[in-house]
Amino acid sequence: MGRTDIGPPDYREMLPDVIKKNYGKWKYHETPRPGVLRHVSETGDEIYTVRVGSPRLVSIDFVRDLCDIADKYCDGHLRFTSRFNVEFITDSKAKADGVIAEVNKLGLPVGGTGNSISNIVHTQGWIHCHSAATDASGLVKSVMDELYDYFTNMKLPAYVRIAVACCINMCGAIHCSDLAIVGVHRRPPKVDNEKIIAQCEIPTTIQSCPTGAIRRHPDPNVKSVIVREDLCMYCANCFTVCPAMPLADPVGDGVAIYVGGKVSNARKPPMFSRMVVPFLPNNPPRWPEVVDVIKKIVEVYADNARKYERMGEWIERIGWEKFFKLTEIPFTEQHIDDFTHAIETYRTTTQFKW
Amino acid sequence: MADETPLLDELEKGPWPSYVKEIKRAAKKNKASKDLLGIQELSYKDRITHWKHGGIVGVTGYGSGVIGRYCDSPEKFPDAAAFHTFRVNHPAGWFYSTKALRKICDIWEKYGSGMTNFHGSTGDIILLGAPTENLQPCFDTLTENGFDLGGSGSALRTISGCVGKARCEWANIDTLDIVRDFTSEFQDEIHRPRWPYKFKIKASGCPNDCVAAIARADFTIIGTWKDTLRIDQAAVKNYAENGFDVKGLVVDKCPTDALEWDEKTKTLTLRAEDCVRCMHCINKMTKAIRPGVDTGATILIGSKAPIIKGAYLSWVLIPFIKIEPPYNEIKELLRKIWDWWDENGRTRERLAELIERKGFKTFLREMGIPPVPQMIYKPRANPYVFF
Repeated sequence: MGRTDIGPPDYREMLPDVIKKNYGKWKYHETPRPGVLRHVSETGDEIYTVRVGSPRLVSIDFVRDLCDIADKYCDGHLRFTSRFNVEFITDSKAKADGVIAEVNKLGLPVGGTGNSISNIVHTQGWIHCHSAATDASGLVKSVMDELYDYFTNMKLPAYVRIAVACCINMCGAIHCSDLAIVGVHRRPPKVDNEKIIAQCEIPTTIQSCPTGAIRRHPDPNVKSVIVREDLCMYCANCFTVCPAMPLADPVGDGVAIYVGGKVSNARKPPMFSRMVVPFLPNNPPRWPEVVDVIKKIVEVYADNARKYERMGEWIERIGWEKFFKLTEIPFTEQHIDDFTHAIETYRTTTQFKW
Repeated sequence: MADETPLLDELEKGPWPSYVKEIKRAAKKNKASKDLLGIQELSYKDRITHWKHGGIVGVTGYGSGVIGRYCDSPEKFPDAAAFHTFRVNHPAGWFYSTKALRKICDIWEKYGSGMTNFHGSTGDIILLGAPTENLQPCFDTLTENGFDLGGSGSALRTISGCVGKARCEWANIDTLDIVRDFTSEFQDEIHRPRWPYKFKIKASGCPNDCVAAIARADFTIIGTWKDTLRIDQAAVKNYAENGFDVKGLVVDKCPTDALEWDEKTKTLTLRAEDCVRCMHCINKMTKAIRPGVDTGATILIGSKAPIIKGAYLSWVLIPFIKIEPPYNEIKELLRKIWDWWDENGRTRERLAELIERKGFKTFLREMGIPPVPQMIYKPRANPYVFF
């Protein structure tokens, strides 16, 4: 048995010298061009950071390509951002230009700074997860190909964060993103009475249901559960704790779209994203219906929002009725909340627009 | 085997870097990655996942850090029949030397599929796909080379933080050192799950919250300050003279109307007692406005995704705390929270759900924290009050 409990390497061994020297001494920064940041220190030192888009799901040879560039221009160091982009930190503009030339040769985009659409925070999907109701990497690729120019430019009113989660566990940042795509089911689970005895803990399975739809089997001789289908909204949490309750379905499964969330405290407090499209089908490899709606929302937002207004702030100002009108997204009964505290989301005023 | 992948081939087109190209790159050297490509193509055809439910695998001494995964069609894809994932704890701030990165690549070339995620959402390096028999030797080689596993299961998950003082003028706290120090202090809690459910800690250096700590951590640390903004009037004037609309884009957008603009003298003044430190003016005038110097953190708790009771954002627990090594006060608070949660939490009940069930008032009493108005948006409207 090898060593245990050593923890990760100390970050201090991973910092380039210019960062070590100016740690905690930064004075200001600016963004000379999309994808490039210039930070100036109290010591007079300055650094240029080149931010580069990555598909996140990458081979070790991709990582080695990045290392080659970092060895050549960045003192043998690089970092990744909290949105899976790669950052090359250099001590001169000339080296930054060198990095840009090299990453372009590899076909990687420079951008993701300022009022842009940076990388999409996403999950495993059909690549590695058993509970995925949609794929993640394919959706991300399809959306980013379409919105590519927003990554390499800074032409939006404010930045737009996009996230993808392949099921309603919502790993990542779905519930607080300007735009989010979430995998959903539309069919209740099928209970396998044979498997459930061997593979599941029945009380845990019953407790896992947010709407109390899972009950003990009415026949005491059958050690299993039944699903009240009128109470089931297909969240799949029972499947997470009990493999004998699968509910994935090629036609039933697809995605929902949420908008208007944010985590930053700038101007308005953080907000949850809200559902604006209850369902679109899984249509691999390009998910054209999803890409069309996402593009439409971004374009309407870009045309209508005021400077520095995030998606959620813009919608709060104009009102949801106007959002649906401008985006031409049909409003349905699924949009109206019917979970706990739903009434807080109903309109308790005569103030609304026609 | 996946010799033909017509659906996935579509995703090699277009300007955004293609993950399909990456899998194909790995597949040239590695059979498991070749089968991964086949499994993905089959999923695209069937519009359904082809991974079996769950999978419990691991390494000796730990209860967390490895996600087991088995393909549901092992006869078609024998080389990815068992395709387990390592979560490898990243260095704080995701800074790397190329030497360390190359070492990880070499280890993964030997033991795994050659596919990775840089990074998982919680922050770990994800090494994607190894057969069961390679787990222990791969882990042993990782630790020999200075890398340990991160968290999974009902444990403390890998801690992450924003870039902080390494490259940001707004860092009010040393996020990287907090991540390093706490990760090292709580190794046991990370590697050996013992709690009702998962627990996440994230630290952001300022209220811009670049690691989304307010949305993605049970325990949220966000840097802030107690004194006033530092405003450089000459720099402000410079912004105005260069055509930047200070009044329209900064003063008028202040959420508490705490800024005043004198058009004649091009002077910006702040009523410090009204400022809620939202960062907007600082963000927009990076050369002219900076956070104060009496710095510390706001501690918030409870954020989580929807399952079971709905999604939560973290809310204020401690409005201001000085946050300096050895961080004993915060570590003590964490241990107190874990003890209470461990004692009272139901199976798979996140901290916020327990607090909601028991009442925030009960939680505050148990923690010995006095109630203050900063914890709420507004007082209750109903009269159903316990005494």
